[in-house]
Amino acid sequence: MSGELPGGIRRVVNESGIEIKPVYTAADVEATGGSDMIGLPGQYPFTRGIHALMYRKRPWTMRQYAGFGNPRDTNQRFKYLIANGQTGLNVAFDLPSQCGLDSDDPMAEGEVGRVGMAIDSLRDFEIAFDGIDLDQITVSMTINGSAAIMIAMYLAMAEKRGYDLKTLRGTAQNDILKEFVGRGTWIFPVEPSVKLVGDTIEYCAQNAPKYTPVSVCGYHIRESGATPVQEIAYAFCIAKAYADDAIARGLHIDEFAGRLSYNLNIFGNIFEQVCKFRAARGLWAKIMKEEYGAQDPGSMWLRMIAGGGGGGLTFEQPENNIVRGAYYALISALSGTQTMALCSYDEAYTIPTEYSARLSLRTMQLLIEEMGLCDTVDPLGGSYYIESLTNMMRTDIEKIMADVDARGGIVKLISEGIIQAEVSAQAYQMQKAIEEGRFKKVGVNCYRMDEEEKEVAFHPYKDEDARLQIDSLDTVKAQRDAAAVQAALDRVQADAAAGINLMPAIVAAVKQYATVGEITKRLVAVYGRYQEPIRF
Amino acid sequence: MDRRTRVLIAKPGLDGHDQGAKVVVRALIDAGFEVIYTGLRQTPEQVANAALEEGVDVIGLSSMAGSHLPFCRKLKPLLEKYELNDKLWIIGGVIPAHDQPALLEMGVDGIFPTGSKLSDLVQFIKEKVA
Repeated sequence: MSGELPGGIRRVVNESGIEIKPVYTAADVEATGGSDMIGLPGQYPFTRGIHALMYRKRPWTMRQYAGFGNPRDTNQRFKYLIANGQTGLNVAFDLPSQCGLDSDDPMAEGEVGRVGMAIDSLRDFEIAFDGIDLDQITVSMTINGSAAIMIAMYLAMAEKRGYDLKTLRGTAQNDILKEFVGRGTWIFPVEPSVKLVGDTIEYCAQNAPKYTPVSVCGYHIRESGATPVQEIAYAFCIAKAYADDAIARGLHIDEFAGRLSYNLNIFGNIFEQVCKFRAARGLWAKIMKEEYGAQDPGSMWLRMIAGGGGGGLTFEQPENNIVRGAYYALISALSGTQTMALCSYDEAYTIPTEYSARLSLRTMQLLIEEMGLCDTVDPLGGSYYIESLTNMMRTDIEKIMADVDARGGIVKLISEGIIQAEVSAQAYQMQKAIEEGRFKKVGVNCYRMDEEEKEVAFHPYKDEDARLQIDSLDTVKAQRDAAAVQAALDRVQADAAAGINLMPAIVAAVKQYATVGEITKRLVAVYGRYQEPIRF
Repeated sequence: MDRRTRVLIAKPGLDGHDQGAKVVVRALIDAGFEVIYTGLRQTPEQVANAALEEGVDVIGLSSMAGSHLPFCRKLKPLLEKYELNDKLWIIGGVIPAHDQPALLEMGVDGIFPTGSKLSDLVQFIKEKVA
């Protein structure tokens, strides 16, 4: 946003609401909190990076989001991306799978395989990851409402193929609290939803200790209208809610905190974004050490995937998104991310084509191979502006977190729809600012052209794929041991009613090829469904 | 008519992206309309029922995940059944140009793809529902 200061100087306030001066000096660093939180990469408080050598040792993992149609189609796209140098997978599920519905559910009609791959049973996991070495390529699953079931299927598939769960790596998004704020693939009410996340943390800590059961998302809260400082503050409050649940079960913070990660957004002002990540890293380390008594440095690391940034891309002049994507990747690299996934330029229209997905990969590879982003750690560290803004943003994040706690805590505020109403009010203000030209978007409110809508290559949706998926589901159902499936489902429901950790029962059920929809129905029978609070 | 124009904003199907729908709701409230927002996961039956029960003048759908055509094909006969086909039917979100003729053919009155201005939407409703 802009305006004018005395003397005709342009006034600049960033999205986080911090006024930016024309010049910064050492005095500003002192005035905003000093240099104590800067430290060294790989040392507490990790502001400059969680590892001493960062990309000098190994570049970030490249993990483009992919998945569509049936598991066979998705398996082919995975192999295409790996052949082009991608180093991790990031699985997109279709909406029925995300909402706990089988492909033959009436609510799934027209949605099977549309925005991601359809998963009904363990059989689909076996097909999707066929021929992919799960030790070489780590798999991240963008799954939330039905995450407990999908984690169970992933672990069962890996075990069946002979991988040792004690060393198996991978990530599930599994951040249900943010689904109530943005993204919307919730199933159960808030309280049992949080309990299920706790079940996965506890189960993985004990059975798959290298697996990351939760990737806490500021990403979607930011997409829904939150400012950068709110994004981090709300994500931290949510992460603490999961940590508190795990601790209430008797786990020690060091038994699980090292396997929590973050999924954060990167669109916006380059310097504000970089400072956001630096501020967040220092603050998270401080919270883990001082509030939770973590001893293991790994528990204090803010490990993150920083990518996407769809909210910054525009429908207008879509090629501009290629350039935006390159800047977003630069932000992410300057911020010391562990993993990067860029939104492809056509993502405002459709599922990315092979061409656009490859372009996103090349964008990251250019930074690694040609632009020197892997040469030195935290290259912006020590800049008066960067250190001052990092200090100011850290202070503001702490203020927002204290305010959330003072108002009853994040779980209460989300349950009542209060956070949702606040971020949507901000999204509305931002939309008005864009329409009135107060917040500039190139190609949208400045440098416009009269043009026909670009014919972007559309990813085809084939009804045939849905039929094939339903046929495959029928085959699985015909071939499995029906009595064993019923017994396994009965156990899921009984364990849910008893309030004990559900993961052993869910793992046993998926091994009998019980489906996502069948297991979800048993859980709904105990928990009911979430009723969305409508509040404006 | 003294009565304020009543607008239903619905999120059809399983798509959970509601930021756009909620922004539209706020803009319509600011413009003086009475707005009923359904929340997520609405079936065609639920949308038609809500439109009937609330006696709305405008039926608005927000679709971001590509299932607008199959959804509208199921909604259309229900709107006819409940004699709601004289209401203003609008849709917004990720609506590709090549899907627009089919939607207009089905009876959709206005299409507001991503990038549309809130003020244009408000103006459109004011002109059509007078």
